[in-house]
Amino acid sequence: MSNPANDQSVPQPAGIVERLVRDDVDRKRFLKMAGSAGAASFGAFVLAACGSSSKTASTAATTAASTSSSSSTGDLAILNYALTLEYLETDFYRGVVASDFFTGKVGGLIKEFGSQEMTHVEALKGAVEKLGGTPVTAPEAKFPIKSATQVALLAYTVENLGASAYLGQAPHIQNAEVLASALAIHSVEARHAATLGTLVKKSVTPDGAFAVPADMSTVLAAVKPFLA
Amino acid sequence: MTDRTINQTTLASPELAACEVHGMTRASFILRGALATGALYGTTAVAPFVSQALASTGGGDAEILNFALTLEYLESDFYTVKGKQVGLSGQAKSYATLFGAEEEAHVSALTAAIRQLGGTPVAKPTFVFPTTSESSFLALASVLENTGVGAYNGAGPSLKSKAVLASAGSIVQTEARHAAAIDLLIGKSPTPNQGFDRPLTKAEVLAKAGPLIKA
Repeated sequence: MSNPANDQSVPQPAGIVERLVRDDVDRKRFLKMAGSAGAASFGAFVLAACGSSSKTASTAATTAASTSSSSSTGDLAILNYALTLEYLETDFYRGVVASDFFTGKVGGLIKEFGSQEMTHVEALKGAVEKLGGTPVTAPEAKFPIKSATQVALLAYTVENLGASAYLGQAPHIQNAEVLASALAIHSVEARHAATLGTLVKKSVTPDGAFAVPADMSTVLAAVKPFLA
Repeated sequence: MTDRTINQTTLASPELAACEVHGMTRASFILRGALATGALYGTTAVAPFVSQALASTGGGDAEILNFALTLEYLESDFYTVKGKQVGLSGQAKSYATLFGAEEEAHVSALTAAIRQLGGTPVAKPTFVFPTTSESSFLALASVLENTGVGAYNGAGPSLKSKAVLASAGSIVQTEARHAAAIDLLIGKSPTPNQGFDRPLTKAEVLAKAGPLIKA
């Protein structure tokens, strides 16, 4: 997957988010940088945190920011982050559908949600490529699939997390097209979450009138246990 | 049919009419819808036109929020006032109570946000809801909530303030949750637009909401 020609000028996005999730050192570096910098160049920091470990973080950040327009760099990082989450959701639903825990109307909804997550994956890949980036590869995931109740609760958690992840990124997106696409997906994740809420007898609006966003580090920490 | 014609013939709300005339044009909304689709499926041809459309629009954040405020007034009135008149029971009643309170919170938040931006919040219009039964109430609730989702998603990319965008995003997620819950209750798909909620043009929103606004 590595493209040597691009290593210096444009950090390879493939596997970036996955590495952030897996690698505590990278993640701490990322958190430190994110905490010490403005949100405007948030995306550049994601790339920087995952850049070559031989560089200092600030050098990597400068490189990332100077070799690409800052808006597309940030949007690319956000899109690849969203793509990683969609891969995970797709993988999760694949396991749930295979489990045969759900039949009838609920089973139909689960299948539908799974295929909608797949369309999100395809759309995000297309968007990354359109911005001139390389879509990340799917992370290896392992979700516990033990019982109908456990799976439904996990699905509710996963969808709420997905919705809050999109909400957390929306204000950081620079490109109007990317934002429009992200919003179109965001509300669908919310619909999934609410549907699952009714299934597990939990609130359809767990945050009340105003949904609470989640930042990248919070979301990545939450999905980490599910990476194989 | 032009926006102006729509306003004058089908709307009784001066607030909405003003929003429409001074806000984004119908053409630019349509272009933006094309843009959203194009972005997802990789078509690049529409992008330059959309950029122009976005750049040429005159309505500011306060006007967009006033449009949203009118919709929130409509939703909160529907749940809290009409819901009581219809006489709901069971799940329909609990949703109306919960969602009504949440829509009222949206009204308060938008009112405050508009003032913060230096704008003047629109006055609460008078509404007329053609529902007399629980089933027709829920059917209309589905229309209103789904229209709300499309309205916010459509307006999102036009917002200039990132803080306002964050608030609008927080609200639209709640609207989407309401929509799904109501749709499930009446046996409809909780994802009527499949994987991607279609952003609505202001004209499309007005076509749904306008007839419910009496004055």
